[in-house]
Amino acid sequence: MDGNFAAMRQSIIDGAPENASALASLALAQGHHPLEVIDNGFVPGMAEVGQLFAKHQMFLPDMLAAAEAMKAAMAVLEPALKRQGEERPFAGTVILGTTKGDIHEIGKTLVGTLLTANGFKVYDLGVDVSGDQFAGKAREWNADIVGVSALLTTTMRGQKGVVEALERAELRPSVKIIVGGAPVTQRWAEEIGADGYAKDAISAVALVKSLLEHKLTPAAVTL
Amino acid sequence: MRPKLELLDRTLVNRILGEALELLDTVGTKVGSAEALDLLHSAGARVEGDTARLSTSLIRRILDSVPHDFYLYGRSGEAAVHYGGDDVHFDPGSSCLNILDSESQQPRPATAADLVRMVQVTEVLPQFAAQATAIVCSDVPSQIGDWYRLLLVLWYSNKPIVTGAFSAPTLQVMIDLLAADAGGVDELRQRPRAAFDVCPSPPLNWSEFAAQNIVQLARANVPAEIVSMPLAGATAPVTLAGAIVQHAAECLAGITIHQLANPGAPIVWGGAPAIFDMSTGNTPMGAIETAMLNLGCAQIGKSLGLPTHGYLVASDGRQIDAQAGMESGDSALLGALAGINMVSGAGMLDFLACQSIEKLVIDAEAIASAQRLICGIEARTPSLAVDSFAQTGLHGDFLKLKETRALFRKEQHFPSAVIDRRAEPATADILTRARERVADLLGTYQKPAISQARAEAILQVVSRAAKLDYLPGIELLSPSHA
Repeated sequence: MDGNFAAMRQSIIDGAPENASALASLALAQGHHPLEVIDNGFVPGMAEVGQLFAKHQMFLPDMLAAAEAMKAAMAVLEPALKRQGEERPFAGTVILGTTKGDIHEIGKTLVGTLLTANGFKVYDLGVDVSGDQFAGKAREWNADIVGVSALLTTTMRGQKGVVEALERAELRPSVKIIVGGAPVTQRWAEEIGADGYAKDAISAVALVKSLLEHKLTPAAVTL
Repeated sequence: MRPKLELLDRTLVNRILGEALELLDTVGTKVGSAEALDLLHSAGARVEGDTARLSTSLIRRILDSVPHDFYLYGRSGEAAVHYGGDDVHFDPGSSCLNILDSESQQPRPATAADLVRMVQVTEVLPQFAAQATAIVCSDVPSQIGDWYRLLLVLWYSNKPIVTGAFSAPTLQVMIDLLAADAGGVDELRQRPRAAFDVCPSPPLNWSEFAAQNIVQLARANVPAEIVSMPLAGATAPVTLAGAIVQHAAECLAGITIHQLANPGAPIVWGGAPAIFDMSTGNTPMGAIETAMLNLGCAQIGKSLGLPTHGYLVASDGRQIDAQAGMESGDSALLGALAGINMVSGAGMLDFLACQSIEKLVIDAEAIASAQRLICGIEARTPSLAVDSFAQTGLHGDFLKLKETRALFRKEQHFPSAVIDRRAEPATADILTRARERVADLLGTYQKPAISQARAEAILQVVSRAAKLDYLPGIELLSPSHA
């Protein structure tokens, strides 16, 4: 089986969804527990992709292809878990969206893809999302993290609105807020009372992990 | 489409060639070597004293025998540098006396250890297709300074080499070293690893050494690279077009001597032309007119179908600053766009008086950009955009498309960390980043595997040529051969 774990890891690095899916099915047919397959086969692949990306040996399209392969594997393994009456323990629940008035979403979508591939439960609210919508969904889904993206200097103020909305909803003790986007800086994050800032999708994953350190499970990996 | 830049229209090319031929026919060229004068005389040139006048018909006949392309070979005998067509290669600047000290960033006399470091960094950088004998080592006796540089490059590199001799006897030592490295004289003739710069003195003077040098190289069938150096306004006409005429005449005279010595031997239409700065008397290598001269001269060589060389990617500033980046980057682009086969000069500062390893790695980034530029904009997919839109609609998630992943590496060049383009702003300035890059490159360098027999043959040439107590640079890192 060790050979198959290596092949699973490689299918993620190669960004090959068909291989990942086939290897996942094979492992189930051989009687392996889905969680064992996830944690020992596919998650190490995602971890390696993160390391290669940090070393500039892999690039964003490779990363996205790896995430697609991860998604293909999980599409086989998660239903199997459910059939056994189990659920994959998520590393945390993250709600993402772009602020009111901003219709840019590439950065946020990338963050969502990578968080999902790294074992987080991600709800993507899309674009043009108000502070109250963020707060409502954070309560509904018992979110650990709310990530707010803004790509324009005019809409980054909306990030402050999200912080205020979560404060009004009295969710701030339990929900961490992270911000990102082209005009956003660490200083801005501090100024509006957010809990963190990430310059890109990779550091966003690392940031979410560090904020949720106490909740980390084996399903989450270190980038 | 391969982007290409030409500065001369057809009419001007013809006028320049016409005047160059007229100059050789009427004014003639000085030739300091009796042997070269004999060759010219036997071929029908009119020789009076040390001046030879060459008829246009003689030169036309000579041009028929000149190879239009040839290769330089790497250590293992693979064809590595193609001189010909619009192929573009870069090598560092040559024969520098000073180096900008890595720590103090002050110029000091360069040593064998500096050359070894320079060769090691050049070896690892793919931007450089060839090594240069880039430094004259101050810790090596000056009478053997030329071949000693070549010895160090042979010892530490697998790449082809652009080099040059300082005297006739030492040229033979250099040819012997190359033959020892190649495994024999015939092997060297068939697969030369080095091209030798040969410099006529402006205006139109093939000195005794230069003329002998070019004859000797022709007979050994080792490529000669003419480095004609008209200084527009001082040792050449002030106009760029006039200086290009002189360059062409000097090259045509050199080629005639060379081909008479050995018809069909490889030779390069090269040079280091520059303007003469009327305010300082300097020869600014970073001046735009100097680049224009290089491009114009190369275009004349190309019009004759000959391999070309130029001297660019150098700066006149004394330190690594915006001027160095601008002058070197601009001329790297221009040289690439002109399709000059070998562009020498990277790493050079201070009117070619100073080499810098840090500048060399910065220049390598400019060269990589230039190399990307001449790859041009290609239609890589059957449909340029419509098929992509068919997959994504107006969602804009092109990042996820298979073709994005398949093609982005071809479309985008990724610079090293010398270039500040990361998501996080660089905390170190470019000099610090360049120093780190040098350290990284030196860390990945591997010394070539030279067979015991070849190494011994090389060292035999060395011991025949000079009695040395120790071999600087080699003694340093390989005491067993001291």
